[in-house]
Amino acid sequence: MTPSPVIETRGLAKAFGPNRVLDGVDLDLARGESLVVIGGSGSGKSVLLRTVLGLEEADAGTIRLNGALATAPVRARFMQDFGMLFQTAALFDSLPVWRNVAFRLLRAMPAPAARARAIEKLARVGLGPEVADRMPSDLSGGMRKRVGLARAIAADPGVLFFDEPTTGLDPQRAAGINALIRGIVTETGATAVTITHDMDSVRAIADRVAMLDAGRLRWQGPVADMDSAGDPVLRAFVEGRPAE
Amino acid sequence: MNPVRLVGRATLAVARRVGQVTLFAGRGLAAPGFRPHLLAEQLIRIGWLSLPVVGLTALFTGAALALQINAGGERFQAGDVVPAIVAIGMVRELGPVLGGLMVAARVASSIAAELGSMRVTEQIDALVTLSVDPVGWLVTPRLWAAVLSVPILVGVGDIIGIMGGWLVGITSLGFTSQGYLANSWAYLESWDVISGLLKGAVFGGIVALAGSWFGMRAARGAEGVGRATTNAVVAASVGILSANFLMTGLFFT
Repeated sequence: MTPSPVIETRGLAKAFGPNRVLDGVDLDLARGESLVVIGGSGSGKSVLLRTVLGLEEADAGTIRLNGALATAPVRARFMQDFGMLFQTAALFDSLPVWRNVAFRLLRAMPAPAARARAIEKLARVGLGPEVADRMPSDLSGGMRKRVGLARAIAADPGVLFFDEPTTGLDPQRAAGINALIRGIVTETGATAVTITHDMDSVRAIADRVAMLDAGRLRWQGPVADMDSAGDPVLRAFVEGRPAE
Repeated sequence: MNPVRLVGRATLAVARRVGQVTLFAGRGLAAPGFRPHLLAEQLIRIGWLSLPVVGLTALFTGAALALQINAGGERFQAGDVVPAIVAIGMVRELGPVLGGLMVAARVASSIAAELGSMRVTEQIDALVTLSVDPVGWLVTPRLWAAVLSVPILVGVGDIIGIMGGWLVGITSLGFTSQGYLANSWAYLESWDVISGLLKGAVFGGIVALAGSWFGMRAARGAEGVGRATTNAVVAASVGILSANFLMTGLFFT
């Protein structure tokens, strides 16, 4: 029997006032794959991700998580095995770095063990133990992203979301984050969804690419097929030129 | 548009909003997973750190009240009632209302700004992805801390306000220290004090609820946080004054 997709959306629609942001999106995410969702600003990428997570309520359509309709208990169970890197890193300002990383762990283990695990995860993203007691406001943008990444992987989740992981970073730091994400996804076998419009990220991270355009799924396929695809909007996006 | 439809639509909107706020307050008060360390932190931030501003307000209010009542009472040769009226006025009305308004200015704005910043920087979304209920984590400790600490602030403010009147009484109005204090307690009843403390608990709840409600719904960056902060203070202040009227009517008529 084919295993259920980790995430399955059918006819997903969402509008803000007269603005239809998602317009009937059908998307599957298979276990263990790394899907990258691309599209221009306002194409609905972030809203798709927020709707899947329940941070926005869909106007129409269905979402299944691990084969079950995404009711509150199903979503709560899904979140137990989930980690996310936010576009702004979304670190808790009032907590030191190690408590940010160990936030989920602190509910499952004593503080010294959680701290040790947090320092281990910080090392995984290239940050030394001296960062552990610093406050998020003392960190550079690149370091904040790394801490956010360490928090996302702290509990070794099976599903990872990355929302614009390289936005606001210089090319070298962006390449570093891309390599980290690829390494973590390969190493842990986690299922990953990345939202981005950075084509370097797409090539570094993706097994499969899905393109959203005006709230609709415009194209999807293996990353290797992206450059040879005939879709003019996709080609324009990949080549970084205005669509005809 | 048909005026009847307009009124109906406005009524439905108000009813919907009242329902939403009531549900939010219920969730805030009853969210599962009591976290004593978060409550203790908020008790210090909301209660202890508001003490100077509430104390100073009460001191000057009590002092000014003594001067006013003396000036007014002199017209009827009733200057002797200053201590009793200052005491009753402070514990029944001015202590809770002014204390509540000062806490509204300090705490509702701070809660709205803090939660609003967390909202626009995705920290509240991050809590959801970490399997934490944001209402239980952020709102519940603030709500309970305000409900528990504002009556204590009101009680302390009552004492400081009476002492403000006493200071003016013995330095400017010719009262003896013992005479002023004896006169203050002579006409004060326990219900005067208890009603003021009950008002304090309700006002504390209004302050934290307004700050949390607007903070959790902040949107559109710094401008949204600024708007949430302003709305929280205005809503808390109006809420306190209207609740005070209702509770005074309930308690003393």
